Amino acid sequence: MKIKDLVKSTGFEVVNEGDFDREVSGVYCCDLLSWVMGRAPADSAWLTVMGNMNAVAVSVLADISVIVFAENSAVDPTAIAKAAEQGVSLLKTNKPAFEAGLLINELLS
Amino acid sequence: MSALTLHYDVPGDDFTRAGEASSDIKNKLKQMGISPDVIRNVAIATYEGEINMVIHANGGTIDAAIDAESITLTIKDTGGGIPDVELAMQEGYTTAQEHIRALGFGAGMGLPNMKKYTDEFNITSEVGKGTEVIMKVYLSK
Ligand SMILES: Nc1ncnc2c1ncn2[C@@H]1O[C@H](COP(=O)(O)OP(=O)(O)OP(=O)(O)O)[C@@H](O)[C@H]1O
Ligand SMILES: [Mg+2]
Repeated sequence: MKIKDLVKSTGFEVVNEGDFDREVSGVYCCDLLSWVMGRAPADSAWLTVMGNMNAVAVSVLADISVIVFAENSAVDPTAIAKAAEQGVSLLKTNKPAFEAGLLINELLS
Repeated sequence: MSALTLHYDVPGDDFTRAGEASSDIKNKLKQMGISPDVIRNVAIATYEGEINMVIHANGGTIDAAIDAESITLTIKDTGGGIPDVELAMQEGYTTAQEHIRALGFGAGMGLPNMKKYTDEFNITSEVGKGTEVIMKVYLSK
């Protein structure tokens, strides 16, 4: 599923629009960056509340497709700026990470 | 002989720039047409090494050498060193302080990730002198 279709189906708020034609093929939930680095599958949607620029760096290096900030968690302006610069898609939802992840998983399967 | 070498100075304690060297290496490898799987492995291993130097060693250097067979990554600092390397290599072991953990670091997974995502991994460290990690990722499996 493409990110743009994910946005349409979930109604998640767009914090930064990167390449919305990029595919999403999995879901991963975690807030510890090295854990995400080592375990998140490439091209996944990553649910987190860690809205800093290091999260953006991790998503770029681990080939994560899109970051979804759960529970309306705060996203640093520096993180948004870095995402804009690097073409990383950022979304936001008021749902908890588990519920948002479940929803994405349903849409993917 | 190396077809290409890249060198980076990584500043210490600067989280705003942490990951820049790894991103640049990733982009250069992409331009060279290296396979995405190999690039991802290199990117993960390099980033973990880069961020470790920023957090634990007040910065250092990264050298990448790309030849026909493999990519060799040398991550070197002159920081405080690691007293017990075997312990540091264990998943979950960390000395990261609370303010570092609040940023999402300190899972104690960085060194294990570096070993997991590379084909050769070698770490040497001396307290008071620094740490050197040399890793190789093969271009074809
Ligand atoms: N370059 C280094 N210089 C000094 N100590 C280091 C260095 N790299 C790692 N260490 C020590 O080894 C420990 C384990 O490192 P590792 O990268 O596995 O986990 P971490 O950095 O603590 O957390 P994470 O990588 O999951 O965010 C560190 O907490 C630190 O004590
Ligand atoms: Mg680490």
